[in-house]
Amino acid sequence: MFDEKMIYLDNASATRMDERVLEAMRPYFFDTYAVATSEFGYSQGIEAREALQEARETVASRLNAGPGEFVFTSGSTESNNMAIKGVMMALQKQNKNHLIISKIEDFPILYSAKNLEKQGMKVTYLDVDKYGFVDLGQLKASVSKDTALVSIQHANQEIGTIQNIEAISQICQEKKVLFHTEATHTFTRLAIDVKKIPVDLISVAAHTIHGPKGIGGLYIREGTPLTKWMDGGFQEFNRRAGLENIPGAIGFARAVKLVTTQENEQLISLRDHLISNILAEIPKTTLNGHPEKRTPQNANITFHFIEGESITLHLDMHGIEVSTGSACFSRSLEASHVILGIGGDHERAHGSIRFTLGRYNNLKEIDKLIKTLKEIISELRKISPLGKD
Amino acid sequence: MKFPYNEKVLEHFRHPRNVGKIEGADGKAMEGSPACGDMVSVQIKVDEKTKRIKDIKFESYGCASNIATGSIITELAKGKTLEEAKKISWKKASDELGGLPAIKAHCSVLAVEGLRSAIRNYEEKRGLVTDKTPTTIETIEKRLRKVMNPLTGLDLVGTKLIKKIELKEGEVKIDIDLPENHQFANSIKEEIREKVESLHDIKKVSMNFSG
Repeated sequence: MFDEKMIYLDNASATRMDERVLEAMRPYFFDTYAVATSEFGYSQGIEAREALQEARETVASRLNAGPGEFVFTSGSTESNNMAIKGVMMALQKQNKNHLIISKIEDFPILYSAKNLEKQGMKVTYLDVDKYGFVDLGQLKASVSKDTALVSIQHANQEIGTIQNIEAISQICQEKKVLFHTEATHTFTRLAIDVKKIPVDLISVAAHTIHGPKGIGGLYIREGTPLTKWMDGGFQEFNRRAGLENIPGAIGFARAVKLVTTQENEQLISLRDHLISNILAEIPKTTLNGHPEKRTPQNANITFHFIEGESITLHLDMHGIEVSTGSACFSRSLEASHVILGIGGDHERAHGSIRFTLGRYNNLKEIDKLIKTLKEIISELRKISPLGKD
Repeated sequence: MKFPYNEKVLEHFRHPRNVGKIEGADGKAMEGSPACGDMVSVQIKVDEKTKRIKDIKFESYGCASNIATGSIITELAKGKTLEEAKKISWKKASDELGGLPAIKAHCSVLAVEGLRSAIRNYEEKRGLVTDKTPTTIETIEKRLRKVMNPLTGLDLVGTKLIKKIELKEGEVKIDIDLPENHQFANSIKEEIREKVESLHDIKKVSMNFSG
């Protein structure tokens, strides 16, 4: 009944860590485990500090940023909270209390915005079109003299749609408002050059690129007003207090180095194989997101007239792990706000399955997925009262 | 491997019993909506003399607990008298399956409601309902609240798709704000007929789609 090897296709949620990352981290658990001291500290602490600095340079350079503009955090949720709440708090003193985000942002952004609303700030939730692209005209029209920050994701967590952050950052620069982008699902997969694109803050994380969980970072362009909200010591240029996660930072840096252009091209070809074959071989399917402007690792497809949790459970019993936008699968019992946001109805959200690829997937696995899906979808449709008219 | 459901639930999920529709069913019901993520259709064939359920079939648009409950209630109801079948509770179905996660209760209650509604539908059609309160516009509206537009998953009354309801000497006229060629117009029509025509003092239901 069960295959021995599982096929893991939920790499946007978490990835299998690369052994080489663990090897890089190991010495910082057992040999150089001291806190990063000042340059006048003891030798193990100085070594730790230098290693942390080197890791910072490696990760920051992937954005073409300097190490002084990059702060390590506990992951993308913290980075996003830090960016949104930090900027909004800092600019409140100048009577700027308006935030603009898109309605399909991931939960850390969405709920930070809702939290700020409760505290009396104003938030505009920008609409997106059927692919998930933000309406640039609406963005321009929404910026007012009260606007402090615009936060638009680089790419979507569920449907992979890549926003035109070049254009968005230009608009923000012209209108003199700060721009933050959440790049958890694009970092190292797509290039961002902060010397070319006027973006002020970028959230990144290691867990999506075969690095360790619990480490992420925030790029903060020099001079960006940001209130410190994790108080304590003077770590991370006095931007974020707390003992530095040195093994995590080392692992993050190693993970960044391991992502190659070749790997990203490989993911694109696997992704396109997956999408084109499913759409061709399984009737009544809809691709969610844009056919080309999507992250290399993301495919999201609705199988109409059936419910996603039934699909994921059947796949799981065949050793294939994916996620769905169905209410039944989520902890909140709410259907995907992304699929509803792009104009989909509940039926489209409930039947949506997200497949996200990673380093350890191959063509054989994708072909097995397609074959298995064909059988499952046909069985579930036989049971369904919908779609038979 | 760890699955969110026990072996018995998984077994019914993988091999649901009594799936489908019954040609010339005596009682029919459709419960739920895509908005809540689940829909169940239940159809029964009843022995006129013994009032026992001769055959029962179900269909499900839903998660594993919805499919498994649908399957188990068909097993529990088959061969039972209508009075016995009415007493099958969600608790009974859940116990029979060896327990379901509490958060999934609402998905599985639907199947039980589906069975009860199918029985009620049969009784109404046969004039077996003892309650002979005259039908009012409110009664009809209440029933239309259970008719869903499968595309949006929302009911016709709540979404203001019912423009007008007229009731005159057992004849009902309903104006619906949907195009005649709407993808689900036929299924909506059939559902309305099913739910309203079965009322004891209703002779005829006519519908006018315009939108």
